[in-house]
Amino acid sequence: MGVLSLSIWLPIVAGCVLLAIGRDEHARTVRGLALVAAIASFLVTIPLITAFDDGTAAMQFVEDLPWIERFNVRYRLGIDGLSLWFVPLTAFITVIVVISAWEVIEERVNQYMGAFLILSGLMVGVFSALDGLLFYVFFEATLIPMYIIIGVWGGPRRVYAAFKFFLYTLAGSLLMLVALVYLYYKSGGSFDILTWHKLPLPMGAQALLFFAFFAAFAVKVPMWPVHTWLPDAHVEAPTGGSVVLAAIMLKLGAYGFLRFSLPITPDASKEYAWFVIALSLIAVIYIGLVALVQQDMKKLVAYSSIAHMGFVTLGFFLFNDLGVAGGIVQMVSHGFISGAMFLCIGVLYDRVHSREIASYGGVVNTMPKFAAFAVFFGMANAGLPGTSGFVGEWMVILGTVGVNFWLALLAATTLVFGAAYTLWMVKRVYFGPIANEKVRALADVNLREFTMLALLAIAALWMGVYPKPFTDPMQASVTQLLKHVAVSKLN
Amino acid sequence: MNWLAVLPEIVLLTMACVVAMVDLWVRDPRRTPTYLLTQLSLAVVATLHLSLFNAGETVYAMQRMVVADPMGHLLGFFASVAMMITLAYARPYAAGRDMLKGELFTLSMFSLLGIMVMLSANNFLVVYLGLELMSLSLYALTAMRRDHLDATEASMKYFVLGALASGFLLYGLSMMYGATGSLEIGEVFKAIGTGQINNSVLVFGVVFIVAGLGFKLGVVPFHMWVPDVYQGAPTAVTLLIGGAPEFAAFAITIRLLVEGMLGLAVDWQQMLIVLSVGSLILGNVAAIAQTNLKRMLAYSTIGQMGFMLLGLCSGVVNGNTLSAANAYSSSMFYIVTYVLTALGTFGVIMLLSRQGFESEQIDDLKGLAQRSPWYAGVMAIFMFSLAGVPPTVGFYAKLAVLQALVSTNVPGLIWLAVIAVVLSLIGAFYYIRLVKIMYFDEPVETAPIAASGDVRALLSVNGLAVLLFGILPGGLMALCAQAIVKALAT
Repeated sequence: MGVLSLSIWLPIVAGCVLLAIGRDEHARTVRGLALVAAIASFLVTIPLITAFDDGTAAMQFVEDLPWIERFNVRYRLGIDGLSLWFVPLTAFITVIVVISAWEVIEERVNQYMGAFLILSGLMVGVFSALDGLLFYVFFEATLIPMYIIIGVWGGPRRVYAAFKFFLYTLAGSLLMLVALVYLYYKSGGSFDILTWHKLPLPMGAQALLFFAFFAAFAVKVPMWPVHTWLPDAHVEAPTGGSVVLAAIMLKLGAYGFLRFSLPITPDASKEYAWFVIALSLIAVIYIGLVALVQQDMKKLVAYSSIAHMGFVTLGFFLFNDLGVAGGIVQMVSHGFISGAMFLCIGVLYDRVHSREIASYGGVVNTMPKFAAFAVFFGMANAGLPGTSGFVGEWMVILGTVGVNFWLALLAATTLVFGAAYTLWMVKRVYFGPIANEKVRALADVNLREFTMLALLAIAALWMGVYPKPFTDPMQASVTQLLKHVAVSKLN
Repeated sequence: MNWLAVLPEIVLLTMACVVAMVDLWVRDPRRTPTYLLTQLSLAVVATLHLSLFNAGETVYAMQRMVVADPMGHLLGFFASVAMMITLAYARPYAAGRDMLKGELFTLSMFSLLGIMVMLSANNFLVVYLGLELMSLSLYALTAMRRDHLDATEASMKYFVLGALASGFLLYGLSMMYGATGSLEIGEVFKAIGTGQINNSVLVFGVVFIVAGLGFKLGVVPFHMWVPDVYQGAPTAVTLLIGGAPEFAAFAITIRLLVEGMLGLAVDWQQMLIVLSVGSLILGNVAAIAQTNLKRMLAYSTIGQMGFMLLGLCSGVVNGNTLSAANAYSSSMFYIVTYVLTALGTFGVIMLLSRQGFESEQIDDLKGLAQRSPWYAGVMAIFMFSLAGVPPTVGFYAKLAVLQALVSTNVPGLIWLAVIAVVLSLIGAFYYIRLVKIMYFDEPVETAPIAASGDVRALLSVNGLAVLLFGILPGGLMALCAQAIVKALAT
């Protein structure tokens, strides 16, 4: 069994085992097993990084087995520089999520842990699938555990949020299914994504395919104006759900653009790049302003996620090295930072049971260690140099300057808005005099919370100070992708 | 005379009579000897069908009145297994409602015999004979709870509308006979192929035949009986109606429309498109408004049958039958997986019912995840499968039909695929609403779930099968393809 298969199936099998054994009487055992499984699932992804060959753009760690022979669907896995980082990132975030739920989740612990482990395996599957149908199966299957997570452990309006999440994303991806089936016929009966990359397509077909893929991925990213499910889902989801949603699930959509839209429909991508860029800039500016006026911390971070993901899609559709690589760096970095931001909110929420900014004030006085982390992640979210948040944004802005100075200027406003909404929230929640008795009674983070925040802070700092080990493996694949996109597929 | 070709039917007929006789001496109120004998007979019949399917031969028997081909045997195998599962789920339910009599088993076996006669019919009259045998058994079964108002009403409705449908079908068949001079399906096919026959008579005949088939499949606008009968009939009988008979309805559709009237495909495909789009719209939209679980599942069936019919619409493109095998085997795969899922869904409903309590309101499922995580999980798998979410088998069924539509490369049919996708999105809403009710709501009903070990085990296997065929659907697809290819070759 290959490394990738192991990374996919180890957490899924462990999750199923947890679902089968668990009752809340054995909650301690379940938590312990879940942590062991999550760490083991993370460790098996390490060889992907250490044994990855930076010099080639070809797929690595390839596994290829027949699956559904009648439709020539194959169980084909592999990663390249575009997808490399998301596999360990997914497993890493799952470890954090398991730790974060330790004392917080007391009901149906086995189902909670099981759902996250299964979800982790499925998302690794999305990032490593090289067969269109296999990709789709993983992509869609992620909806089921997330739907349950939001609906069972979520907040007061969880049912509404869960439905909205499920139906929005299903609507987008069903159109993609028709596109996949169409490609299957055009390519003479193959679901192989790499074969589709080489398939010549007329402009009309490319445009339809582009928008079918766009429907699926834009909802997932999410891009303005189909972003409305995200704030609802984030606000209602339990902390772990928000973390996974922000850190990884949004990346499934952005990754889809890289793996499907750009290489399969390059001409349509260029033709409609203005459209995607416009939507991305709206996300960056308008959603940034929306974030500014939020009263609810989770909503604020949710809107900030949309704005940051706008940067990712902007970078991808610039068609230059810096833009695409910057987009990927931004995705990884956002995985660390947004995950950490939601964890910080979770830490406060567990103690005070409120997400309103107005319920807090002067937290630094009672929780100094925690406030240090929170301020650090706030800075990183605002794109402070030296944190990972800066690297991606900087690269994308540089890439944009290469295309058009005025676009770059608009994109760069994020540095202002991002700083404004994040730091203003930080100021209101953490600084100033102690606002009320609840804040006075706060206890600082315990070892468990300290560990998870420290792990993420190290990651964000490392990537900010020395991004080279992160960007080097991408280079060959990004160059290859751009070279591929530059060649027209017409006639 | 080749008796071997109809061996499963002979065994079934004999055993049905034996069971009827044996039951007279059974005193056990749970009817254990009758039940076991029935299950054993069905198992033997299923094995016979499977071994004959594996032999892979097409044999005509009884002056070419019947044909024993791989499609008939495969569907016969599935129908027998479906009947076995149905009876296993039905026994505890029937025992609590004074329905556990010998007649339940005998009539079920006769209805299965009717199904098998239809599966292997090669003659218009044999089709009709099988249809009536099946239907009359089912009418009687629906009315088995004589003192129950809803059941009696359902049985009347089923009988009247069913008789009307049989009349339609028979009228269409007689027109075909008049036009072509033959009752044998192969001869009719040849006669139509000559092009010498008055087309308007043929088209008239096809209209009536499609209407009759539409009744039996329960598709719009011939669906009116479905919700009432599903809701009114005792749940065990609902499953008898909604399980194995679907195979028969599919098989006679293939036998009559494809094997007999492929030459008129242009005409009947257009009708089927109307029927299927109508069913998709009505089934999926009307299901949202239901509060009764069985009624909701009835509308869901209408929608699912509409989706299945889409596969039959794409067999012949511009007079070219190259894509026929692909299209029809997709539909067959769809119906097999649908029945598998439907069996489990009704199995769960019967599991939750107990003496004096019908678990048929949607709200009765509230908080099932807390009462019984395992069965809630199984039911959730069924719901996701009906909604077509991977990795359950329902997704591959929808995929198979969609690829059949897209493969024709006719713009109209590709748009039809898009419409079907959008409508199944509407359908997804009420399936996941059921998951919501099971998982997110607090239970109102706290009585423990009492069920015998065999039902529990079977239900678990049923749920895992839906998941397992979802992870490895290749084998089942290949079987369906093999059966259809052989059926088209003759």
